[in-house]
Formats: sequence, structure tokens, C-alpha cells
Amino acid sequence: MAEQSIDKPSEYRELVWQGLWKNNPGLVQLLGLCPLLAVTTTFTNALGLGLATLLVLICSNATVSAIRQWVPKEVRIPIFVLIIAAFVTCVQLLMNAYAYGIYQSLGIFLPLIVTNCAIIGRAEAYASKNPIKQASFDGLMMGIGFALVLVALGTIREILGQGTLFDGAHLLLGDWAKVLKIQVFDFDAQFLLAILPPGAFIAMGFLIAGKNYIDNRQAEKLAKDNKPKEIERVRVNFEG
Amino acid sequence: MAFWIASSPHNHIQAQTPKLMRLVLLATLPGVLAQWYFFGWGNLIQIGLAVLFCVLAEITFLAIRDKNIKAQISDYSAVLTGVLIGISIPSFAPWWITAIGSLFAIGVVKQLYGGLGYNIFNPAMAGYVLLLVSFPVQMTSWAPVNDLIAQPVDFLNTLWLIFTGFTWDGFSVEQIRMNIDGITMATPLDTLKTDISRGLTVEESFVNPVFGQFFSHGWEWINLGFLLGGLYLIFKKAIDWRLPVSFLAGMLLFTFIGYVLSPDSSASTMFHWFSGGTMLGAFFIITDPVSGSTTQKGRIIFALLIAFLVVIIRSFGGYPDAIAFAVLLANMAVPLIDQYTRPRTYGHNQGGKS
Repeated sequence: MAEQSIDKPSEYRELVWQGLWKNNPGLVQLLGLCPLLAVTTTFTNALGLGLATLLVLICSNATVSAIRQWVPKEVRIPIFVLIIAAFVTCVQLLMNAYAYGIYQSLGIFLPLIVTNCAIIGRAEAYASKNPIKQASFDGLMMGIGFALVLVALGTIREILGQGTLFDGAHLLLGDWAKVLKIQVFDFDAQFLLAILPPGAFIAMGFLIAGKNYIDNRQAEKLAKDNKPKEIERVRVNFEG
Repeated sequence: MAFWIASSPHNHIQAQTPKLMRLVLLATLPGVLAQWYFFGWGNLIQIGLAVLFCVLAEITFLAIRDKNIKAQISDYSAVLTGVLIGISIPSFAPWWITAIGSLFAIGVVKQLYGGLGYNIFNPAMAGYVLLLVSFPVQMTSWAPVNDLIAQPVDFLNTLWLIFTGFTWDGFSVEQIRMNIDGITMATPLDTLKTDISRGLTVEESFVNPVFGQFFSHGWEWINLGFLLGGLYLIFKKAIDWRLPVSFLAGMLLFTFIGYVLSPDSSASTMFHWFSGGTMLGAFFIITDPVSGSTTQKGRIIFALLIAFLVVIIRSFGGYPDAIAFAVLLANMAVPLIDQYTRPRTYGHNQGGKS
């Protein structure tokens, strides 16, 4: 319990920073690429899978963390997989009951969340070593990070491929959401590549490149800001 | 006096990139002229558009990457990419197809990988595949050869068709592609594929006028033109003869196997050689020095692999022609091929052990 009280706010801030940007499961860890690339043909599909993954990730992290004292190290992976599978089943049944349209369009990728490495990776790397509160918060942040990447990719591919946005949102949000559909622009021909898997890879590459570009610029800026100080120190030493 | 200490190789080929590129451009002329004769102005307009967009994309990306624009533009590599794209695109395709293909070829396939000399994939073919995968309808709408067309299309009409989708006289691409009986005409390769899937034999299919007197009406002369240009390139030592020779030999071998096993559903070698983009591929596409294999043995394997893939995709695949797909697939195999065909350096034993 002692570890919990040490510098709490900054630890949570660190978790937010890690999950959303620095260690983003989609862009940096490159985990769970299979659903990431296969499902993100539209915004709605991406959001559906993102929410499902988020839910599973929070629950599994909390559970793994709660039982971490009793799990023998040798059989931890099967136990984690069982826990994750149980939550995936729950989510799948929930979606089957309340969002049947999206359940159908996600198809096999919903049960396949079990094999999503982002989830078992977090269970192994973080939840099994940290208290419940932090572990669930980590699950939340990692899940949001993953969902954001999914949604970004889904948005890009839907706009490029069909020229629409939020098409089929009513499958997820109820019938009122039909009005959300926006026709961004009208093609005579669909840009099929954006909808096909190669387009997903290319768009993903551009997203990662964009993130690295921002990081590099940030690092350069930081280096520039720090530079004058270093020179000063050198000069002082020289004269001294 | 300067005393130059240089590392090997001491004997350089004096060829310069712009010179080589100009030579290749010159060698495409016979094929392009044949294309103009059989398909009208469309292809020349497409080539112009593609060159324009390729050069614009090259300038833009070089400016972004802070490179020497003038030196890299004047090496003609972007122009050559444009010409190859323009040749491959159907003559009546709308202008934005050419634009997207050219921008992708130069921007993503060439410049993002580091510019000339660093691209893994052949830019022209990658651009072509992007278009073929994304816009299958427009990209398979090849016009029939001029003398099979019911409604001849002159320069102004072609220009109008490419930019607005309709000719000056108000015909759409689909209407132009119909013959007098109102049946849309496809390319020979496409026709053969459809006919075989309908249960006809090759011989029954060959009655169709798109096949003409020899193998494929019009296309045989275009291929002959590219063959001529290619032989000139070999004569000038601009390309390695191993690539086209082993490619064509490979096609002979694989089509012969198909012909022996099932003569009714496999066309002859001559048909495969002289239809579609075979000769363009053999002499102008697979000889790309950047994305192809660099060792002598590797080049033979590379060309045979492409020939195999072309025959397989043409016979069993979903698309009528396959040069572009085959070249891209083989491009991926190039690092492996080069790794295992590294020539023995003098003084070393086989297998890299000294």
C-alpha cells in the first residue's frame, strides 16, 4: 500500500501521457494491428471496436491486478487469457443484444479481441504488477489511445473511400443518429484502395509518420531551448 | 599534381543518368507511335498529362525535402515515369486518374522512400496498380482499335472526353466502346479471359474481331514497336539483355506448359508475347535498374519469377493483364534474390567465407 501514496497525481498524469501519446498501443507499440487494419473501413465500425476494446481492457486490467497475489507465475498467461475471454464474451453478448447492426458488421473481429496483443500486453506489463486503481486507469487510458487511433483511421478511410462521414452511425447510437451522416464530397467512382486492406496499411503508415514528425519537432525545439544554457556552462568553466 | 587514391572499382561506366533516361525515352517512340496509330490521340494526351503531373509532383516533393530541384529534375527520371504511366493507362481514362496515379507514383512510391535510387518498388507500376485496384471500371475501359470503332474519335473529341467524360459530340466512353452491334469491346486479353470463363475454347474465342489476323489486333504492332525500341536499348547497352531474354524465355516455357496440359484454355506463346503489356514490360519495366535485381544470376531469377507470375495471373487471376502485379511482387523478392546470388569476390571462397 505504500507504493500507492507516493506522488499520486504525477503517476496518473504519466499514465495518461503514456496511454494517449508516448506509448500509444496503436501508433507506438503497434499492437492489435489485425483489428486495427481490418475493421476501420468506416468511422462507426472503428468506434464500435474501439469501445468494445476499451471496456475489455479496463475490466481485464482491474481483474488481473486484483488477483495478482494469487496467480502463480508459471501459468499466468493462460489465466490472463481466460479472464480476457470472459470479458470479451460479456461484451460480445451485450453488443449482440443492444447494437446488433454493429455486432454484425464487426463480425469475427469482436470475438478476436481475445487475441488482441494490446490487452494481454497491458495485463502482463502493467496490471499484474500494480494496484487495482492504477491498473484500471491504465486500462482506460490505453483503451482510449487505441480507440482514438481506430477512429482516426476509420475517419480517414471513410472520407477517402466513400466520401462520407458517420455513415451507419445509427447502428451504434440508435435511429436518431441517421441524421449524422455527412456527405463530405461526391465521387463518380469510389476510391477503392482506401477501403481495401492496402489502403489501411498506407494510411496507418502516414499516421505513424505524422506522430514521429511531431515528436521530432518537439525534440528539436527542446534541444534548441536547452542549448544556450549548455554553452553558458562551458564558458563559465573555461574562464574559471 | 593530384594523386587520386580511389577504392575499387577503378573502371567506371561513364553513363550518366540523364543520358540513359533520354535514351530510354527515345526508345519508347516506336511503341508510342504504334499506339497512336491504333488507339488515336488518347494515349499521347495521357502521356502528356502524366509527364506534367509527375514533374510537378517531383518539384513539389523535392522542394519539401529541401533538395537540389534543378539537378534532380533534369535527370529525366520523373519524365520517364510519366511516360510509362501514360502508356499503360487506357486512352480514354478521365484526367484525374492520370493525376492520382502520377502523384502517387512520384510522391509516395519514389520520394517518400528517398527519391531516385532508393525506391523499392517500380514507381510507374505501383502507380498503375493503385489505379487498377481503386478504379477498376475506368482502368479496364480500353477503347477498341481505331478501325473497329463505329464512331471515330478525333483529337478534339478525345481531349474533351478525357477532361469532361463526354466527347464534343456527346458520346460517353461506354458508347464509343460499343461496336456496331451494340456489344462493348474489350482488349484481346480481357476477351479471351471472359470467353474461357464462359466455357469457350481458345480457338472459338479467336473468331472475335479484336484478335485480328495474327494474335491480337493492333496490340501486336504496339508490342512489336516496343520490341524494336528494346532491341535498340540492348544494342546501346542501356539495359542488360539477360532481363528481357530470360523474361520472354520464361513466358515461352510457362505458356508451353499450360498449352501442353490444356490447349483449349491456354493461349499460345505468341499471343502472350504480343498482347497486353508484355514487350513494354520486358524491355522498359523490368529493366528498371533501381527496383530490380542487380546481380547477373539474380536478374535471370527475377525475370523468370515475373514471367511465371504473369502467366499465372493472366490464366487464373482476376485481372486480364498482370505485368504490373508481377513486377511489384518480384520487387519485394529482390533483396532476398540479391542476398543469395551475391557474386564471389576475387580471393574469396564460395558462400562468402574467406
